[in-house]
Amino acid sequence: MDSRRLFLKGVVAGGAAITAAAVAPPSYARETHSRPAEALGLLYDATLCIGCKACVVACKEANNNPPEFSTEDRLWDTPLDTSGYTFNIIKMYRNGTMETKDAEVNGFAFMKTSCMHCADPSCVSACPVSAMTKDPVTGIVAYDPGACVGCRYCVVACPFGIPKYQYDSPTGKIGKCELCRHRYQDGHYSACAEVCPTGATLHGRSADLLLEAKRRIALKPGSVTRYPRGKIGGPDQSYEGPVGNYLQHVYGEKEYGGTQVLKLSAVTFAKVGMPDLPPKSSAAMSETIQHSLYGGLVMPVVVLGALSFIAKRNVHDEDDESGTGKDKGEK
Amino acid sequence: MGDMNEIFNLGPDALHGIEQRLGMSRRDYLQFCATLAVTMGLPKGADAAVAKAIETSQRPSVIWLHFQECTGCSESLLRAEHPTLEKLILDVISLDYHETLMAAAGHQAEAARKDAMKAHKGKYVLVVEGAIPVKDNGIFCKIGGQTAIDLVKECAADAAAVIAIGSCASWGGMPSTGPNPTGASSVAEVLGKPVVTIPGCPPNPYNFLATVVHFLTFGKLPEVDKLGRPKFAYSRLIHENCERRAHFDAGRFAMEFGDVGHRQGYCLYKLGCKGPETYANCSTIGFGDAGENNWPVGCGHPCIGCSEKGVGFTKPIHQVASVINITPPQQYPRIVEEQGKGASFASAAALAALAGAAAGAAVMLTRNLGLSHAAEEAERAKAEGKSKDQAQV
Amino acid sequence: MTTHQQAAPAPVGGSLVNAATVVCGVLIAIMAAILLVRFIFGLGTVANINDGYSWGIWVVVDVMIGSALACGGFSVALLVYIFNKGEYHPLVRPALLASLFGYTLAGAGIFVDLGRWWNFWHIFWPGYANPSSVMFEVAVCVTAYVLVMWIEFSPVFLEKLGKRDVKKKLNKWLFFFIALGVLLPMMHQSSLGTMLVVMGGQVNPLWQTPAVPLIYLLTAIVIGYGVVLFESCVAAASYRRTIEMRLLNPLSKIMLGVLAVYLVVRFGDLLIRGALGEALNPGWVAISFWIENIAFVAPFFLIGTVAARRNPARLFLAGIAIMLGGILLRLNGFLIGYGHFTGSGWTYFPSLAEVMVTVGIFAIEVLGYIIITRRFPVLPRENAQVAS
Repeated sequence: MDSRRLFLKGVVAGGAAITAAAVAPPSYARETHSRPAEALGLLYDATLCIGCKACVVACKEANNNPPEFSTEDRLWDTPLDTSGYTFNIIKMYRNGTMETKDAEVNGFAFMKTSCMHCADPSCVSACPVSAMTKDPVTGIVAYDPGACVGCRYCVVACPFGIPKYQYDSPTGKIGKCELCRHRYQDGHYSACAEVCPTGATLHGRSADLLLEAKRRIALKPGSVTRYPRGKIGGPDQSYEGPVGNYLQHVYGEKEYGGTQVLKLSAVTFAKVGMPDLPPKSSAAMSETIQHSLYGGLVMPVVVLGALSFIAKRNVHDEDDESGTGKDKGEK
Repeated sequence: MGDMNEIFNLGPDALHGIEQRLGMSRRDYLQFCATLAVTMGLPKGADAAVAKAIETSQRPSVIWLHFQECTGCSESLLRAEHPTLEKLILDVISLDYHETLMAAAGHQAEAARKDAMKAHKGKYVLVVEGAIPVKDNGIFCKIGGQTAIDLVKECAADAAAVIAIGSCASWGGMPSTGPNPTGASSVAEVLGKPVVTIPGCPPNPYNFLATVVHFLTFGKLPEVDKLGRPKFAYSRLIHENCERRAHFDAGRFAMEFGDVGHRQGYCLYKLGCKGPETYANCSTIGFGDAGENNWPVGCGHPCIGCSEKGVGFTKPIHQVASVINITPPQQYPRIVEEQGKGASFASAAALAALAGAAAGAAVMLTRNLGLSHAAEEAERAKAEGKSKDQAQV
Repeated sequence: MTTHQQAAPAPVGGSLVNAATVVCGVLIAIMAAILLVRFIFGLGTVANINDGYSWGIWVVVDVMIGSALACGGFSVALLVYIFNKGEYHPLVRPALLASLFGYTLAGAGIFVDLGRWWNFWHIFWPGYANPSSVMFEVAVCVTAYVLVMWIEFSPVFLEKLGKRDVKKKLNKWLFFFIALGVLLPMMHQSSLGTMLVVMGGQVNPLWQTPAVPLIYLLTAIVIGYGVVLFESCVAAASYRRTIEMRLLNPLSKIMLGVLAVYLVVRFGDLLIRGALGEALNPGWVAISFWIENIAFVAPFFLIGTVAARRNPARLFLAGIAIMLGGILLRLNGFLIGYGHFTGSGWTYFPSLAEVMVTVGIFAIEVLGYIIITRRFPVLPRENAQVAS
């Protein structure tokens, strides 16, 4: 039948148009963002971490977070993962006999888990009400509960599973590390970096931290070097220590455009909970599609115009009660 | 702060004076100052300041009042070794009134007190041991015809500093245990203003001594918390410095006195130890000058929280304590932890019922539709057959 | 020769109190009680959503699937007013009614799930709204669409209330709202798919693709027709009316056409990306994928021939198959195929309370549909006997 063919043609044409738009020409593509020049962040070196969890305690205190219990006695703050009330946690990688620290086989290793402060955060792109924002200067990804609607799109969007919601409260908020930005005015910096006894967590400008990270992985394992503690540019608390068996990869250098929290590890990153991410961010992908389809509302207005024109032609016979219309295209 | 050499530069006479006055060698004297400075947590070099203060200042007058108490605090002081009590009261301070230690009695003693208060008006230190009953206008404790309330108010009026020693004076202590028939109250409550408190039953004597020496050295009392307790002794929980803490963190507890765990020296939390909610330094310095491990827990008995209001003499000894400081123990979550609620029986059953009902309804409807369709088709076939017949006719 | 007499819409009439409405009432009451607890004590007290699965059935089923199943209005409007198939006009009102309820309740369903729902207006407020967010676009389009649908449906109320003049004035502008009513669902239904994109590798490659807006749009159209088939049969059976076979038959052919296009796009995309291998990994995810696609392919076997399309039972089953496929596509993308990269240890299964709230929401739709079709002119007037 003619009508069917016509219809199918229409659908295919429409589909082709949408597909073409989705596989956008470069002018519509939204490039993956990179770290701002003065971005602040952390460098976490798993080989220096001794698992003392002073950073977990300090983070809880700095953010006034309550303890989380996962043992029957309920005697200690024992979160199993980050949550709406735990913004930083040390997890332990275990393998076999667990004899050797930082060995991938028959060894154990620590991994700090907290917000990566991405250069192109999925949560910022996802949030419909700008509750998640990225500071243009420091690059810190901040959360504003006053704006938040609690839709938890940020929770499902984050590839690191960082923003978490407080389900136990009728007025729950999202909770995540904000690099202790509320402490800067008092001259402090990230609490985790402030208390870390070994400098495993180091605070500073991401650019400086990246240089430091690259310096370390270039060293020969077993040799001795100086490790700073606290923050780069702060009072010198450095100490000498042996160089670990680093993987030749600074995690966060390029993943999803880069993150401001960088990590060094001797164990494969995927095994310690750091996912393998491409340099192109999913936020860029998602926004490219949206901008291509709806950028400037051009396509919607054009389509609306066309639809209105057609509908007006087809509808104007429909105003009598009986609904009998002079149908065009009928036999 | 000067350093040790400054003292030696004072000249032989001054030093000789100290040796004579205190009856201790120069080295012992400096050792004593160093110990006191360390107890107070003062920085390097403070011991010299302490030394200088003691040796040069006038012995301050101290008035010591006893009310509802067992005299345990004074007894505790008697066990002090550095300085010994006699050195303290003869050479370091001028103990002008102390009912247990003074030789005088009766009106003479009261007169001595009044004289001292007049002579050192505004400069003496008032120490109070024991709680003060307030019920029925305080008639339950009277000394020389005066109620404790009146006495403490009178003596505190012109004191340079007021120190409440022991739990009884600090917050009511044992006499205030419910139902508290006498209305035993703390010094602060009766005076209506905060005072320095050295709680404990009894407190470690060095908490008191160090406070006094701090006052002598710097002319003011050490930093105190909001309950008036010197921070150098009472800012940490017993739990934070307990030698058995590793057992607590690892979950090794004694369950009964004399059981295997108890004999191994395991944590006494489950036997009611109040360390996790008591602020004091017993776990750090111990008692009897024998150092750590010489305190109740070290001897195998749970801490009873004797220094802490709301805990000591209030909570049963073997009732499990609240843990105030719950920082993480030596336990790590894995990289991936299984969490979340799987299907509950109720919800799985509900979903299954729903699916079943929907499927059943769909099947029924399909059948009905199919049947009615079949019927229609049959009728149509019949009608067509009829019309064919008719056409043929 | 049958005449093309299109019967005017009329209320079905009959009592509003019967087994169906009473059951609906009970389910709604249960839902209300659960929601009271949810709003006073928090989401965690009634729902099993957790840190690993923050979106549970309240988002995926009530909102996403609920709105997809409500695409009947959109699909029929597309057919009648854009492709000018006026003969399908009698289907417009009932489809629109189902859409109206479906979307309004999908919107209401959002409130049940929002953790800080009192700030909901931020999504529309400049200064808060983030136009780069896919969810922003979905929210704005859905809200606009609900308003448009109420306007499109107002002739029904105006007729019943006898306000002919108002109705005439409205009719002058109805074409614009109809155009909006076709554009808006195209936008947000496809964007509901685009919502997956920012989740990146957390979504199984079987459902994560840049072509996802097209895939969701095509299935939305197809589901729309499937729902019309389903609802027509159910409504006819419940109200003991004849089924408009002369409409459903050709409609189902159109549905098959769009379905064919969809399947080409879907499998073409999977092949191009080399993702089909995932479907062979043993596990629940693969099983769900195959069930989803078997459901989409089934209609070709059920109603592929002219004769088959004359059988209302087969039409009904085909409608169910399409709905099932569409439901599974969304369920798979957002829940079953979703999981953290390194094998998140989290599990999620809806709690009884979550299920009862979802059921309650659908009960409101059913109850509303019954009340309005019985009391307002929606379904075409039946010359045959009207059952009570």
